[in-house]
Amino acid sequence: MKESNGEVKFLPGNIVVAEAAVAAGCNFFGGYPITPSSEIAAHMAALLPRRGGHFIQMEDEIAAMGSVIGASLAGAKALTATSGPGFSLKLENLGFGYMVEAPCVIVNVMRGGPSTGLPTHPAQADVMQARWGTHGDHPTIAITPAFHQETYMETIRAFNLSEQLRMPVILLLDEVLGHLSEGVRPPKPGTFEIINRKMTDQPPDKYLPYDTSFGDVPPFVPYFEPGYHWHTTGLNHDETGFPTTNPELVTRDEERLMRKVTGNRDLIDKVEYYMADDADVGIFSFGSTARAAMVAVKHAREQGIKAGLFRPVTLWPFPNKQLKDFAEQLKGIVVAEFNLGQMVYEVERTVQSTIPVIRRTKVGGVPITPAEILESVKEIS
Amino acid sequence: MHFEARFSAVGGQGIILAGTILADSAILEGKYAAGSPTYTAQVRGGPTKVDVIVDSEQILFPRTQEINFFLSLATNSYKMFCKGLADNAVVLVDPHLVDVPEGDKEKYQIFEVPVIELTAEHLGRLVYTSAVCLGTMIALTDVVKEETVREALKRRAPRGTEMYNMKALDVGINYVRDILKADVKV
Repeated sequence: MKESNGEVKFLPGNIVVAEAAVAAGCNFFGGYPITPSSEIAAHMAALLPRRGGHFIQMEDEIAAMGSVIGASLAGAKALTATSGPGFSLKLENLGFGYMVEAPCVIVNVMRGGPSTGLPTHPAQADVMQARWGTHGDHPTIAITPAFHQETYMETIRAFNLSEQLRMPVILLLDEVLGHLSEGVRPPKPGTFEIINRKMTDQPPDKYLPYDTSFGDVPPFVPYFEPGYHWHTTGLNHDETGFPTTNPELVTRDEERLMRKVTGNRDLIDKVEYYMADDADVGIFSFGSTARAAMVAVKHAREQGIKAGLFRPVTLWPFPNKQLKDFAEQLKGIVVAEFNLGQMVYEVERTVQSTIPVIRRTKVGGVPITPAEILESVKEIS
Repeated sequence: MHFEARFSAVGGQGIILAGTILADSAILEGKYAAGSPTYTAQVRGGPTKVDVIVDSEQILFPRTQEINFFLSLATNSYKMFCKGLADNAVVLVDPHLVDVPEGDKEKYQIFEVPVIELTAEHLGRLVYTSAVCLGTMIALTDVVKEETVREALKRRAPRGTEMYNMKALDVGINYVRDILKADVKV
C-alpha cells in the first residue's frame, strides 16, 4: 500500500472497483445486476447521481453494453459490470465497441461453471472468452488484479488505457476478490494520472471520425457536438465512418485496430514477480489464485525448493516475451488456474516444450489451495 | 500472529457486521484483515457466515484453513459451517439455538452463552445481538484489544446507539468472565 497516504478502508473488492472507477472519472454506468458482480452496480447507483453522473439499469445485458457504448460515444467515461452469463450476452456489443472505437471498461467478476453454473462461487474460466469471445479479429486488453489495492489502481489504469487507445478494456475479477473484504488505501485525487481521450482540433468541415493521419488512435468528437456529424457502424468503414468493402481500406483499418495494442505493449503490459530472481521452479498464476501461489512459493522455499511466481497483471495481450525470458532460468513451470486448463495453452505455446509444463487446475467452486500448488511444484523439483 | 474466526447464523446481516467490526478493529491496530462472507440463494432466512482472518503480515491466501474461533447461533448453520476448525478451537454457541453434536464436545472447547436471552434481558432489542457476540469474543480471544473493538463499534454504530452497543459488549464480556469463569484465550 505504498501508492498513497489516505486512510485504510476495509472494503469488498466490488466496492473497490466502483470507488476507483469514480476516482478515474467514470460518469456513466449501464448494467444489469448479476451475482457476484451486483455490488458494483449497487454502489455506482449510489455514487453517480450525487456526482452529476448517470446510472441506468437496462432490461438485459445486451442493452446494458449498448448503453455503455452509446454513453461513451456521447463523451462519457462508461462502465459496466457483469459475470459469466452476462458477459456472454455482452460479447456481441463488445465487438461493436472495438469496431467503432468506443472507450469503456467492462468488469467480469467470474463465477463457476458454463451457463448459469455456480452463481455464488468463484472460477477463472472466462479468460479465453475475454480474448476470443467476440467474433472476428480484434485487439483485447484484459487485466487480472490480485489484491484490492492493485484492483483500485488497475481499475484506474483500465480507464486510462481505454481512453488513450479508444477501445473497450476488460477487468477480470472473480468471486473470491469481488466479495473478499480487505484493507485498501485509496490514493488522494491528484496523486495519480487520469488520461482522457484525445479530442480533435479540426473544424466541423474538416473532421473525419476515423482520420488516421494523426496516428493509430483517431481524435474524438462527442456525438451531438454542434456542427459535427459522424456515422457509426459495425460494418468495416473508411475514415468517414461509412461502410466500405475496399480490401485495401479494410485491411489497413483492421491492422490499425490490432496495432493499437501490439504497438503499445510498453504501456499495456504488466507482470509481477514474486521471489523469482533465483527461482528454478516457476509458477504461472493470476488473480486470486496467484495469492495461493505466493503462499506455495513461501512453503516451497522453506523446504529448500527455489520456487518463484510469474503473475501477469495484464493477462491479454499475453506476456510472451516476459514469460520466455523467465522460462530460460527454469527447469519446469506449474500453471495454476481456477478452470480446467485455459491459459496453460498460452504458456505451452510460449515455452515451446523446452521445459515441462505442469497443470494445476480445478473447478467446483472451492479455490485452489497453497498445498495443492505446492504438490505440483514438487513434481518438478 | 495469524487468527481465523468464523461467525455463523441464519439469515441476518448482524453476524456479517460482527465480522466486519473484528476486521475494522484489526486494521485500527495496524494489522491486516480479510473477510469473506458466504450466503445462500435465499434473500432472507438462509444459513449465513463470515470468515475473518487477522494477521500481523499481509494476508496472501484469503480463505480460512484452520479456524481458531467459531461462533454459531443456529443448528443448521453450525452443521453447514463447522468444517475446517482447528483442533481445540474455541466454539461459542447459544445453547437455546444450537445442538452441538456429542463428538464435537471432545474435539473443541465449547462455550455456551445464551446470547439472544442475554440481549433481550439487558438491551431489550435483539439488534444488539452482534455486539453481545463481539463481547464474548473479546473475553475468549487475544486477537484484538477490547478498547479497539469499542472504537471500531462506535464508528459503525448508528448515531444515538453508541451507549447501548457499549453496554452490549459489556454483557458479552461479563457473562464469559463472571458466569462461565472461562479462563481461555486463543
